Amino acid sequence: MIGRAKRRTRQSPVVRLLILLTHAVLMLGALFMVLPMLWMLATAFKTPPEIIIWPPRLLPQAPTLANFTGIFDVAPFGRFFVNSVGISLVSTLSVCATSMVAGAVFAKYRFPGRTLLFGVIIATAIVPFESYMVPLYIQLIQVHWINTYQGIVLPYLFMAFGIFLIRQHVSSAIPTEYLEAARVDGASEWWILTRVMTPLSAQALSAVGIFAFIQAWAIFIWPLLVANNPLLFNMEVGLTAFQFKFSTDYGKLMAGSVISVLPMLVVFVILRRRIIESVALTGLKG
Amino acid sequence: MNVIVAAPRLAGTWFRSHARNWRIILFCYLALAPVMALFAYVRIYPIAWSAVLSFYDWNLIRARKPFVGFANYLRLVSDENFVLALKNTLTYSVATVVLSTLIALPLAVFLARKSRLSAFYQTVYFLPVITPMVPMAIAWKWIYDYNYGLLNYALSFVGLGPVAWLTDPDIALWALIIMSVWKVLGYNLILFLVGIRNIPARYIEAASLDGADAWQKFRHITFPLLKPILLYVLVTATINAFNVFTQVYVMTLGSQAAPGQAVRVLVFDIYQNAFQYFRMGYASAEAVALTFIVLGFTLIQFRFARSQEIA
Repeated sequence: MIGRAKRRTRQSPVVRLLILLTHAVLMLGALFMVLPMLWMLATAFKTPPEIIIWPPRLLPQAPTLANFTGIFDVAPFGRFFVNSVGISLVSTLSVCATSMVAGAVFAKYRFPGRTLLFGVIIATAIVPFESYMVPLYIQLIQVHWINTYQGIVLPYLFMAFGIFLIRQHVSSAIPTEYLEAARVDGASEWWILTRVMTPLSAQALSAVGIFAFIQAWAIFIWPLLVANNPLLFNMEVGLTAFQFKFSTDYGKLMAGSVISVLPMLVVFVILRRRIIESVALTGLKG
Repeated sequence: MNVIVAAPRLAGTWFRSHARNWRIILFCYLALAPVMALFAYVRIYPIAWSAVLSFYDWNLIRARKPFVGFANYLRLVSDENFVLALKNTLTYSVATVVLSTLIALPLAVFLARKSRLSAFYQTVYFLPVITPMVPMAIAWKWIYDYNYGLLNYALSFVGLGPVAWLTDPDIALWALIIMSVWKVLGYNLILFLVGIRNIPARYIEAASLDGADAWQKFRHITFPLLKPILLYVLVTATINAFNVFTQVYVMTLGSQAAPGQAVRVLVFDIYQNAFQYFRMGYASAEAVALTFIVLGFTLIQFRFARSQEIA
């Protein structure tokens, strides 16, 4: 502390002014970052006439919940929300499970074809989903999975990046001696994977899970293609269908948007540090 | 970037060390089987099939699906929509990647010093990254509104007339770019921040002792050491930018929306051809083109990074 205080006093007035100026710019930037969300939130609580007053006011003069109750009358938003939650949870669980098993096997075992299999997983990760969604769609027609939950969630059941991350973690952070010790004690390989390696990978696994959840919550183009029945829509597709019907009713549109964004905001508030650390981790090891 | 660089250690010696342990090998295959089956069905097979489809006149609602050789690819070159989409996607990608990098880098340099305020900025700038695209695109559409939009209201203070952000074909693409920069900025910022904080403090201190000023320290220490992260940011940002779709879809929908042609991007064109006109063979040719463009950009960026290292 003393050292820092000393350094501070040494700063010249010019430097301090510069720092102050930078903070002013950063504050403006910060305002720019949150304003769209605040504006969305404020609009959601406004009455139709107040939405189009000029000059616009940030805070609603007569806050109303009518937009929030109203959207459930025009579209099954409750159903959309539940669908989003279900899809995201299934995707997250599956991504965690497949990443853990495959990541651990690639990290700690040697078997014929290991390099090839892992190489293929990594090499195809760069191919954009949008460039093979057409044949995937045709495949789903053939197995009659269009308009089904399993069809929507199918491409999000594993994540090449998750496998990679867990593999990196397991091979660098878990000593092979642990596994040998368990083996000497007569543990089966499956037991070692689930009872030794998995608990020791909790942190990396939670990063993978957070990613999977954020990604699955926001999926759009695939459910747009696969779900033609409104009862299967997730929040994102439901919102655009609703936008198409009521493109001028911004109060309701914003209310629906708030409902879609809110879970992510809650997750972010709770896991802020963890999420930012996870992104940092991917930057380092990705 | 280890994705490509870190090839797993060659398992060449498995034969000698594990030949008797066939049980373990069996376990490996059994454990991997479900993931690999899934992987083959939802990734390998469709990727391969999209290449095959691109050589067929494959229409979803026609029974006859004849082989046409390179006809789809030849048609692409003279297809106005495709050329326009390619041009728009290129503009969008370059602008989004360059802007978001140019803003994020100095920001990260400034925020690298740990302080409470720095943590606050990180959180706020990162916030858009975790929000889903659809609702935020709808919110931005409302902000861009010609008559009642917040942005035109803000501009009126500095005496700038109302701008038709979405309906003016010359501006719509830039409205899209601004929104996307807003969305991805925080991600790049966090990655740069990690990169900068990983630079050993003694390097900077040594430079300070030698009398280097802030710019020299950035130019000769921070920046060169940040190159791997910079490369990673550029590659991922480019790949993501080329696949832009959701924002375009939302902003071209409904009234007061952007004209479709002004913001036509590659994935939107693929979507239209495949799922509105059912020309899936043709759309696959576009998809193959998209894949090669993305691959090409990635390779160029890697090349460039490598040549810089040698220089």
